[in-house]
Amino acid sequence: MKTTSILTSVFALSLAAGGMAAAQTLEEVRERGHLNCGVSPGVPGFSNPDDAGNWAGFDVEVCRAVAAAVLEDADAVRYTPLSNTERFTAIQSGEIDMLSRTTTRTLNRDTALGLNFAPVMFYDGQGFMVREAMDVSSVMELDGATVCTSAGSTTELNLADFFEANGMSYEPVRFDRADEVLAAYDAGRCDVYTSDRSGLAARRLVMNDPSEHVMLPETISKEPLAPGVPHGDDQWFDIVSWTVYALIAAEEYGITRDNVDEMAMSDDPNISRMLGGEGSAVGEWIGLDNKWVHRALAAVGNYGEIFERHIGPDSPLGIERGLNALYTDGGLHYAMPFK
Amino acid sequence: MTVTIDRGSTTAPASGLTVLGWIHRNLFPDWRQGLLTVAVIWALWQTLPGLIGWLFLDAVWRGDRDDCVAASGACWAFVNARWGQFIYGFYPPELRWRVNLSMLALVATIAVLFIPRLPHKGWVITGSFIALPVVSFVLLHGGILGLEVVQTDRWGGFMLTLVVAVAGMLGALPIGILMALGRRSNMPAIRVFCVTFIELFRAVPLITVLFMASVMLPLFMPQGFAMDKLLRALIGVALFNGALMAEVVRGGLQSIPRGQFEAATASGMGYWKMMLFIILPQALRTVIPGLVNTYVAIIKDTTLVLIIGLFDLLGIVQAGVSSSDWLAPSVTISGYVFAGFGFWLLCFGLSRYSMHLEDRLNAGRRR
Amino acid sequence: MPVSRDIGPQAPPRQPFWTRSRIRAAVVQLGFVALVSLLIYFLLSNTMANLARQGIASGFGFLGQRAGFDVSISFLEFGRNDTYLRGFWTAVVNTLVLAALGIFFATIIGFLLGLARVSPNWLISRLATVYIETFRNIPLLLQLFFWYFAILRPLPGPRDSVEIPGGAFLNNRGLYLPKPLLDHGAQLTLLAVAAGLVFALFMARRARMRREATGQPVAVAHWWALGLLGLPGLVWFSTGATVGLSVPALQGFNYRGGMVMLPELLAALLGLSVYIAAAVGEIVRSGIEGIDRGQTEAAQAMGHTRGQIMRFVVIPQAMRIIIPPLTTQYQSLAKNTSLAAAIAFPEIISIIAGTTMTQTGQALETIALAMAFYVTVSLSIAAVMNFFNWRVMRRAI
Repeated sequence: MKTTSILTSVFALSLAAGGMAAAQTLEEVRERGHLNCGVSPGVPGFSNPDDAGNWAGFDVEVCRAVAAAVLEDADAVRYTPLSNTERFTAIQSGEIDMLSRTTTRTLNRDTALGLNFAPVMFYDGQGFMVREAMDVSSVMELDGATVCTSAGSTTELNLADFFEANGMSYEPVRFDRADEVLAAYDAGRCDVYTSDRSGLAARRLVMNDPSEHVMLPETISKEPLAPGVPHGDDQWFDIVSWTVYALIAAEEYGITRDNVDEMAMSDDPNISRMLGGEGSAVGEWIGLDNKWVHRALAAVGNYGEIFERHIGPDSPLGIERGLNALYTDGGLHYAMPFK
Repeated sequence: MTVTIDRGSTTAPASGLTVLGWIHRNLFPDWRQGLLTVAVIWALWQTLPGLIGWLFLDAVWRGDRDDCVAASGACWAFVNARWGQFIYGFYPPELRWRVNLSMLALVATIAVLFIPRLPHKGWVITGSFIALPVVSFVLLHGGILGLEVVQTDRWGGFMLTLVVAVAGMLGALPIGILMALGRRSNMPAIRVFCVTFIELFRAVPLITVLFMASVMLPLFMPQGFAMDKLLRALIGVALFNGALMAEVVRGGLQSIPRGQFEAATASGMGYWKMMLFIILPQALRTVIPGLVNTYVAIIKDTTLVLIIGLFDLLGIVQAGVSSSDWLAPSVTISGYVFAGFGFWLLCFGLSRYSMHLEDRLNAGRRR
Repeated sequence: MPVSRDIGPQAPPRQPFWTRSRIRAAVVQLGFVALVSLLIYFLLSNTMANLARQGIASGFGFLGQRAGFDVSISFLEFGRNDTYLRGFWTAVVNTLVLAALGIFFATIIGFLLGLARVSPNWLISRLATVYIETFRNIPLLLQLFFWYFAILRPLPGPRDSVEIPGGAFLNNRGLYLPKPLLDHGAQLTLLAVAAGLVFALFMARRARMRREATGQPVAVAHWWALGLLGLPGLVWFSTGATVGLSVPALQGFNYRGGMVMLPELLAALLGLSVYIAAAVGEIVRSGIEGIDRGQTEAAQAMGHTRGQIMRFVVIPQAMRIIIPPLTTQYQSLAKNTSLAAAIAFPEIISIIAGTTMTQTGQALETIALAMAFYVTVSLSIAAVMNFFNWRVMRRAI
């Protein structure tokens, strides 16, 4: 009986605690001392553990930037690799503070699945990869093909819609994990491997012989990949969103990882304000100190640097900027003013 | 049709013990068996040389992917190159001694089981079963005693397989015992609860339980209450196997004669005292083989954690065979054969141990 | 707790000890129920709060929505324009077909293994032992991966398929077989064969009962001939049935026409039956060894052959020992079909707890559906096997 009453009071207490825990992600992260960030379980260039088990990549830099802004330490991040099926419940349940994991922003995810999306980090589209020996030059020639894809992705739905719209048939082979899709395609189970173009470029690298495979020219969908946070905490949403804007704005103003300290002294009021110079209130408005942008940029550099470092033309992935250039260069990235 | 009668022949049995006699009796007792033997020998002749060649003679022991692609045999060079990762996962190389030490603790605990006449053996075993997880956790995770913290996302490979298996075994036993007692309780509320729990967990596959643990458990908890992913998987594994264990323990409880319960009650013992000192020690002893068989199943089931994104031995081998520097057909098959052999050693060893225990128990009873 | 212990001398004689024990039991149970309810309330309220806070959809309304995805293997007609509910039923049928085929093959292989284990032929029994000890000590998931990639890797692409005599083709897209095309008359003929089989079985049963009652042998061959040949033949000719053949042929990327066994199905089936057969083999062996030697010796003395002894003396009795553990293995096979999701076989986990869950985001509902399915299957297998067991026991008496 004694144990019963003790247990009862424990549960009563935790009930009360559960009720009190309002959505104050920032406070929780600070108390915890690290940021919980959901990433992909291994997409080269985007998020991949290196040989020592440290996570690195384009998506990972966003987590690092937020950690630098909030916790003053870009390494204070705990990464949770999430499969397609796990990613949304992980954020719904509060297991992770943010999701930076090649996730397409869609109406359904923005509403019914309980996510808020920060600005797009990468404008992608779904593409197709085939063997060169197949002698196929367009998606329209794929009628009757066997297609390998990952289950529970927008890819899977786009594929069905595209073949439906063009009156073609196909046979889907679906795996939950990306490395299984790859292994099956490489073993010859499928004629076609479809995924986001960036993902295809990344996976082509790890093929048995990359030169045997070609990407088809068509892009059949819009895949704006954006970091996500849970519904219900506006301040946290602001912090993640404006961290992304800061990365883009920094490229616009020419602030880099190396010159951020000099630029903080800049006479340009826009730059000085953003980096927390005299009279700046960028921290006060968002609930951080005024140097948060400065720290984020010092940790990871601007958007262009991140892009070049992990996925750009000089990296193994060799992805062109294209839509991902700044709006001034004909791309889509356009940071809102830091005012 | 020939009638073979292998017993009751008039010749003395000793005369049959020559090599030829043995061959005659065991391989060619009649023409049909003889034909079968010849067919089997032919089939083995066809397959075995190729198999041995692939496994050993033509295998590549050292080198990289290109050497393996060029050769016609297995690619053990891959296992060689990834050995550290297969055993320790992403555990920091300079801290691997902590893993070794906790594996040593595990081996020591098992060794204690094998000492036939140890004073107070029951208490020693119980004590080491409680101490083992504590010591291992401190060693592996760190954070106190000046040990650097190694987060569980760094754990992987064979070490993670052992962690999941041992935690599953140690966690499942108390759950199983409590559930088995509850199922035989004379209080309807407790009985109904335990029966529902046991039957529900026995009816669903482990993978759904793991999904529950990895995907839904966080939803069940208050917001901001973050539980480690590995810990959630361990809870799932322990609950699932607890239900299996409950049925094994129930078998043991049923084998205890009524007189034992009555005698204990008559001598003024309470329920828990009676169970702890009289009934359970006897009941558990009779079901040790069954428990060990359940443990074999637990070890095999640990592979399922790869589906929820943990890198156990199979998971890390699979990640290895699909990485860029090793992608090749012979590497894939070699990787699976290696992982299969690792699991086989563990499970086969354990099931042999279970047989040995069964023999010893039976010997005790025959006396 | 439930057993009261001290009835001290000061205990009032009016109050018998069981009353106290009962009150105590009631209190304990009430406390327990309260605790469990509190726990459930705790979990539910957390879940509700978590879902409500973020405005996440809940309920089973999603089942009526358009699914929007396709599946590779479906024994029901299913396409992207069907609903999630239809997708669920597709997954159910796929899983059941895989489980049924698996049970069928595992039983056959398992019985052969069990018989081989007790064979007087040393080589055969050793081989069976090696098989059993190998396959039951390696995790099924690993075996599935192995079969899938071990089957897939060496097979050629569709354009260099292996041709199997009789119009079948094997390549890394699957095994393509010619498919008989039945017209209306031929379908009726198939029905007639089924009806004839039932009829013949019924007559054979009656004959056996007569024989047991009177000791006179009763001929049944003519009933079998009538049921299996006469009736279908009559239907065949009266309807003028024809059977066409759809032969697979290379068209574009792959073979069209005929029927196909995809590598996912082949590997899943192979893996499941090979794995469970090892366990079944051990069960059959211990069943056979559980029969008293005297039975065998008596039958030998009466001049029966080994085959006859097995068939008429040992196996019928061994079945009583075999069936209960066999039930467990069948249930285990049905549960283990869930692992086929890892090699892209579209069963419950893959379609419901995989695709449907991520597309709709409703983890709670989809996992509950999957669990409900497995509980139903498990209980059904137990019910069927209990019935079978009851029949075997009854006949044995």
